[in-house]
Amino acid sequence: METFDTLIVILQSTVRVSVPLILAALAGLYSERAGIFDIGLEGKMLAAAFAGGAAAAVTASALMGLAAAIFVSVCLALVHAFASITQRGNQIVSGVAINFIALGATVILGQAWFQQGGRTPQLVEGARFSTVELPFAAEIANVPILGSIYSNLLSGHFLLTYLAFALVPFTWWVLYRTRFGLRLRAVGENPGAVDTAGISVTWMRYRAVICCGILCGIAGAYLSMAMTAGFVKGMTAGKGFIALAALIFAKWKPVNVMFACLLFGFLDAMSIRMQGNALPLIGEVPVQLMQALPYILTVVLLAGFIGKAIPPKAGGVPYVKER
Amino acid sequence: MSAPYAKLPAWVDYGLIPLINLVVAFMVAGLVVLAVGESPLRAASLLIQGAFGYGEGIGFTLYYATNFIFTGLAVAVAFHCGLFNIGGEGQAYVAGLGVALPILWLDQIMPWYVVFPAAILGSALVGAAWAFIPGWLQAKRGSHVVITTIMFNFIASSLMVYVLVDVLKPAGSMAPQTRTFEEGGQLPRLDWLLSPFGLDIGGAPFNLSFLLALVAAFVVWVVIWRTRLGYEIRTMGHSPKAARYAGIKESRIIIITMMMSGALAGMMALNPIMGDQHRMQLDFVTGAGFVGIAVALMGRSHPVGIVPAAILFGVLYQGGAEISFEMPQISRDMITIIQGLVILFAGALENMFRPAITTFFATLGSAGETKTAPAAE
Repeated sequence: METFDTLIVILQSTVRVSVPLILAALAGLYSERAGIFDIGLEGKMLAAAFAGGAAAAVTASALMGLAAAIFVSVCLALVHAFASITQRGNQIVSGVAINFIALGATVILGQAWFQQGGRTPQLVEGARFSTVELPFAAEIANVPILGSIYSNLLSGHFLLTYLAFALVPFTWWVLYRTRFGLRLRAVGENPGAVDTAGISVTWMRYRAVICCGILCGIAGAYLSMAMTAGFVKGMTAGKGFIALAALIFAKWKPVNVMFACLLFGFLDAMSIRMQGNALPLIGEVPVQLMQALPYILTVVLLAGFIGKAIPPKAGGVPYVKER
Repeated sequence: MSAPYAKLPAWVDYGLIPLINLVVAFMVAGLVVLAVGESPLRAASLLIQGAFGYGEGIGFTLYYATNFIFTGLAVAVAFHCGLFNIGGEGQAYVAGLGVALPILWLDQIMPWYVVFPAAILGSALVGAAWAFIPGWLQAKRGSHVVITTIMFNFIASSLMVYVLVDVLKPAGSMAPQTRTFEEGGQLPRLDWLLSPFGLDIGGAPFNLSFLLALVAAFVVWVVIWRTRLGYEIRTMGHSPKAARYAGIKESRIIIITMMMSGALAGMMALNPIMGDQHRMQLDFVTGAGFVGIAVALMGRSHPVGIVPAAILFGVLYQGGAEISFEMPQISRDMITIIQGLVILFAGALENMFRPAITTFFATLGSAGETKTAPAAE
């Protein structure tokens, strides 16, 4: 029974840490499926987390915070879009630039506005998202196994958590069952064909990048307004890159993205849990190895040793209309 | 690069356009300074004052510039082959082992001029080895070098935490760092280089690795522009198809280029470890690997451009420290913003002003060199 409770606790924190990964990886999915590589997920998420924390602290409203987070993230996404679609610049370089700008600006502005060493003030009740209790969670908590799963694992999360998981099938539906999705995928595989069909490649890609901005905004808001009560400098701590790794690991497919993020989240939860504890069979594993595992796995996957990860064909290539 | 812009005079291409991009980046940074309620002009004068106003400031400026020359060259060499090595940070970090281990072993029995070559070799080898894996994966397995080098930065960071905390930390010490090196593990400072100008570098850690950086810049120039290998690298970068057609062994060139790039990034570790702190600490690279991206973009991947670009970033680092001292609103994170803006305008948006400039030169009249000829790829 004790092992079971431990398992529930670990899975619970797996869900908690997976949510920003899922949102950011889905964001990257929209962008990269449309042929725009985005290594600026980290920066957008960080800027959004700051904007959310700051706006929520000032307005004392979680919704205003969320709106600000999405707005800032979309603005940065548009910068990326302008550089890589309109100006046909290097998408990687642009993404790197956005990461730096967000990293620096959140600290400078945070310090200037709130004077707390780059933090935003602690968010009060109502300015942050609160957890949702599913119906009857308290009543059946005492039912063995099932009750614990329902009331501890499924219930008691933030609204954004349920939103993130709902976005997975929604994204699948959008990508594979709507005209918008078909065109979005086409523009990432063969923009020339889309252009020939009389659809604007530029506008299509802009829309995909805006979707990416919106989702990164929600991911950032989750970090500063749900997971914690306020923005701390550098709080994304590489989550954007883990999301990128998860996206590759999932081979750019929505449902796989969810499982990859849950896997990486699980590794994260385990590494915190395992500090100083020995694993059965293997013995004590250095925490650092667990932390590096998602990155190592991604490299191994990229090398084609465990299946091949094939990115969208037109990814990273600016589209030049034939003259 | 395939955009059909008219051919511009070389000084416009390599001088004016980067300068305009730089000025725009600084103007946007000035807006951020305004947004936090300080005067950009005062910040700029503090910056210059802090970086050039006195001997110690210049010493620090050149100390930082040393790091950026190495990492800038590293990024540039890879650029020439069409590879984008974002992994300079990780390569330099792991290469710290190549510096620290020979020193820990030799510093008590050998003078610095024996230890230094060993440390150079060590850093270059370890840096090259760390870059070899992404290079090999790109060449043989087709995994994109950008993604793998990002992943390798994180793996490097975990690895080094493990090594410093669990392996190299002296018994009984709390701080995750190696022991302090003896005399044999310390590079001499270059005060004699600045003293003829009446400058005293004071406590600035300006040291011999600066000269090594200049030598490295020269070697890079020779290798890239004056050897067969360099020709093959540049051919690969311009057109992989043409290179394949000419019988250049693609995967061999990719791997060699990445190893050269990693070796250059790795040698950066000499400066902080052997030249300044005389011990290896956590996070001693402090982002220099990423600054290298901005330096290489600004310096147009040419050593002659990279050295001044590196010094410019040295100025930003040193002058930025001065600003954060005088203006509490502006911390050194301002440099991160400027770095990002430079990367954005000099890299991703490098062609934004080109059409306007081309039109400008075209209307200047029929000066022979501004004839609209298709740019050579």
